[in-house]
Amino acid sequence: MDDLYRQYILDHYREPRNHGSLEQPDIHAADTNPLCGDRIAIDLNVRDGRVTEVRFNGRGCAISQASASMLTEKIEDATLDELRALTPQDVLDMLGVEIGPARQRCALLSLRVLHQGIGGPYTGRMDDDDDLDDEAAAQALKERDSSGV
Amino acid sequence: MKTLEPSMLAALAPREDFPILAREVHGKPLVYLDSAASAQKPRQVLEAMENFQRTSYANIHRGAYTLSEEATAAYEGARKKVARFINARNVREVVWTRNTTESINLVANSWGGANLKVGDVVLLSEIEHHSNIVPWQLIAARTGARLAYIPVTDGGELDQEAYARLLETERPKLVAVTQMSNVLGTLPPVREMIAQAHAVGALVLLDGAQSVPHLPVDVRALDCDFLAFSGHKMLGPSGIGVLWARRELEAMPPFLGGGDMIREVSLHSSTWNDLPWKFEAGTPAITEAVGLGAAVDYLSALGMEQVHAHEQALTAYALERLAAVPDLTVYGPPAERRGGVCSFTLGDIHAHDLATILDNAGVAVRAGHHCAQPLMERYHIPATARASFYVYTTAAEIDALAEGLMQAREIFAL
Repeated sequence: MDDLYRQYILDHYREPRNHGSLEQPDIHAADTNPLCGDRIAIDLNVRDGRVTEVRFNGRGCAISQASASMLTEKIEDATLDELRALTPQDVLDMLGVEIGPARQRCALLSLRVLHQGIGGPYTGRMDDDDDLDDEAAAQALKERDSSGV
Repeated sequence: MKTLEPSMLAALAPREDFPILAREVHGKPLVYLDSAASAQKPRQVLEAMENFQRTSYANIHRGAYTLSEEATAAYEGARKKVARFINARNVREVVWTRNTTESINLVANSWGGANLKVGDVVLLSEIEHHSNIVPWQLIAARTGARLAYIPVTDGGELDQEAYARLLETERPKLVAVTQMSNVLGTLPPVREMIAQAHAVGALVLLDGAQSVPHLPVDVRALDCDFLAFSGHKMLGPSGIGVLWARRELEAMPPFLGGGDMIREVSLHSSTWNDLPWKFEAGTPAITEAVGLGAAVDYLSALGMEQVHAHEQALTAYALERLAAVPDLTVYGPPAERRGGVCSFTLGDIHAHDLATILDNAGVAVRAGHHCAQPLMERYHIPATARASFYVYTTAAEIDALAEGLMQAREIFAL
């Protein structure tokens, strides 16, 4: 348990960075986890394709809020193209703690909201989150790898 | 701290009847405190379902062959067990559905579609589960009917003065309320509420998802008009639920169309089967009905009075243990007026984090809004953690919960 709730996670939870909202932001996006009610809103100002200001608002568990707080730090000054290239694995690596399957949605909500706002690929919509073809392909790949073919 | 009677410290049902309780989670014995979401199954239920599938399974109401006759007898026999369990007058008053949600949707669509007009009022309460709110929102949008809500007090009980006033001012056609809150454990005085509703000409639907598994429920004594509940919360399988209704069923139009619910079908019109099959279109959850029949046998053997007494004793104990955890807030009424459910928050620790920490100690609790977002709004909280108890729960498991909560305080440096 100490592995999951590291000091810096609790620190971001209790004192989130870039917390708040922007007046008339260039980009605003918000979403919730329908199952548990975690809520994140992200505001961005952008100039020449680069983030100049970022704020987030939200409520939810330590994992979801720390993830959002850390993500806003990470994306200051980044280009939108760089942000679109962010993957769920990047966010899990950023968190630096092991997130079990039950908590993945909490950890990745902030990325989902960000990508919804900037038109990135990880919007968490059914067609990219639960695509059975992708799953079948991944499974086939895994079987190939494990069978040593 | 008050100590429990020794008989109350142990489980009411033999724990060895529940195979899953023998397993470990994260190297710790499983402490399953989420029965309000779904109950674990005794081997008697699991065996009844397996035996049925192995020896008598076929589709029902179809063939003239032996298997289909046996399957039909098992399926209809389970219906009779359920009818007796809730003291129905007639076995035909029991309609199989998938779950409580489908039962309420059936009433909203069939009864509501035929009887609600522009300006009619359906009276709900602020402690309802989404399944007793959303179906009414949908039918209200279709018919022009309006929804009104009985407010909940700060203490988690339905405001009875406001209820009496709302009956007078709103003159609802239907009152749809829970018999036990899945979040607060509140047990509203439904018998009195039903009589008051009838006095102004309103029908009453009871959401029995939490009450039927945990209390003696007698539809004749209650005098309600509809009762909805689920098999999976009362030791039975998922996929089978019940709508009990009395005379209204006769006049209600079908909900879903298809096989088994018809008498005669021609290309442009059909006539309907008798009750209850008029409301059971398509091949139903046959094995699951048999499983629910076995679950009802199991609960009846324990005695529903004893089930309720066991859970009240555990709840009283849990409220004492939880009160001793610093920074912890419990929501809802005192033990004597609540079922076996405790929702709480601990300091600034979000419920999901609590659930994860407790899971690591082997303790399974529910975290979230419990499908009752309006109620969460009412208390200005995003989520709670919820521990709920059943026939296999012991006081020692509540001790494990309390220890897990102390550990959570340490991790979050409260």
